[in-house]
Amino acid sequence: MDKKKFENHYMKQFDEELEEIRTRLMEMGGKVEQQLQNAIRAVSEADSKLAEDVIREEQIVDDMELDIDEACILIIARRQPAASDLRLVMMVTKAVNDLERIGDEAKKIANHAIILAGETGTSEGYTEVRHLGQSVLKMLGHALDAFARFDVAAAMMTLEEDKQIDLDYKTALRELVTYMMEDPRSISRVINILWVVRSLERIGDHAKNLCEQIVFVVHGKDIRHR
Amino acid sequence: MNVKRETTAKPAVMDTLEISEHQATVGHCFSDNAKMTMRNVNVFYGEKQAIFDVNVDIAKNEVIAMIGPSGCGKSTFLRSLNRMNDTVEGCRVEGDVRMDGEDLYAPKLDVVELRARVGMVFQKPNPFPKTIYDNVAYGPKIHGLADTRVDLDEIVENSLRKASLWEEVKERLHQSGTGLSGGQQQRLCIARAIAVSPEVILMDEPCSALDPIATAKIEELIEELSENFTIAIVTHSMQQAARVSHRTAYFHLGRLIEVNPTEQVFTMPEHDLTEAYITGRFG
Repeated sequence: MDKKKFENHYMKQFDEELEEIRTRLMEMGGKVEQQLQNAIRAVSEADSKLAEDVIREEQIVDDMELDIDEACILIIARRQPAASDLRLVMMVTKAVNDLERIGDEAKKIANHAIILAGETGTSEGYTEVRHLGQSVLKMLGHALDAFARFDVAAAMMTLEEDKQIDLDYKTALRELVTYMMEDPRSISRVINILWVVRSLERIGDHAKNLCEQIVFVVHGKDIRHR
Repeated sequence: MNVKRETTAKPAVMDTLEISEHQATVGHCFSDNAKMTMRNVNVFYGEKQAIFDVNVDIAKNEVIAMIGPSGCGKSTFLRSLNRMNDTVEGCRVEGDVRMDGEDLYAPKLDVVELRARVGMVFQKPNPFPKTIYDNVAYGPKIHGLADTRVDLDEIVENSLRKASLWEEVKERLHQSGTGLSGGQQQRLCIARAIAVSPEVILMDEPCSALDPIATAKIEELIEELSENFTIAIVTHSMQQAARVSHRTAYFHLGRLIEVNPTEQVFTMPEHDLTEAYITGRFG
């Protein structure tokens, strides 16, 4: 299914409204992706200024969520969408929620980045953050690409990436615990890193939700909790 | 993971005008608990064929909605269920239409009795220019369903109650039926249909001349009636089909394209033509 599927309504305005929420969701996805990227960079480069930008711009993501949700409610009220149109609108309301949560997690990461930048100490844990951060960023990018093309095969492949992220998360946890045992003075710092890693893992889950929603839009099959 | 890629077996929306002659209906057309069965039904108006090879069952106590663009054959289909098409000159029905196994097109079948068993409600409320009471009592009288005046009173009251009209008209049963509001008139027509104890009620766009409140009352009534009757309804309102029916049948250019549970048809129709129609797209 490509975006053509959402065109050709007798009411041209309806085409435009569906296209509008789709485009705005993609914009929001792009913004969230950028927030995540900056948050990860803020941690690994100890850049508190960048972290502050991320925290400030979280508001933009929140506003986008409200706008898109409102547009979806208007479509339901005005058009009473059915079948694939209905699935698209429902999907978009859920997807903006996931994206907003990803934005929240990015903000949390940025908060920890500021704390970490103020602390002195070794660089233990940063490798884990960078590694997991790259995997999560890639997965989010793949999920958004799959959504842009309504590509179920790509969504299914992206879903699988979450398994690796969960594994990497567990490995990272083990390593971080080891650092804390080796040097109890590092506990407060490593706990901050642990929260960052935890946020990254949560973002993987939200990206997974996005992929499941793509399958729902295209095939009408709900593959959650399977 | 049980996700399938979209198959190419389904006809694309753009191929609308090239539906093959023998294309079978998709979905769930048949029932183990059929009240009416139609097999290989073709209907012609003179030379022009209006219905092509329809095969479908209508289950006992179900509400089945027929949807489709104007001229798709859904009303023709409905009328072939109680031989209303007999009254149309040049109309010819081929194939097998049965109720409880009985051939409805058998030459010796009593058509008047059939139309009592398969009642009909039309788009425009059409009460007789008689009193409310007589509108309802007329059918039972001519079919000899009431021996005494008391029996007849009871039938009238029961029918009006079932049609959710009793409370509104019980004080003025002997006033003219045509003096009622549109919605009340339509419920009077439903009471009139119910009065002869039909088994099936056919409704041909019963709400299209009514306001939203009267429509809501009729829809609520349909839900209640389905406990005792089998109902086939033709409607142009897709929301109405979604609200009142258990199964929805989609007709297109005289062909039955899809029959499926209503919740499926409006969330995940099986056929691209159904999808195009219910989402308001060119098809």
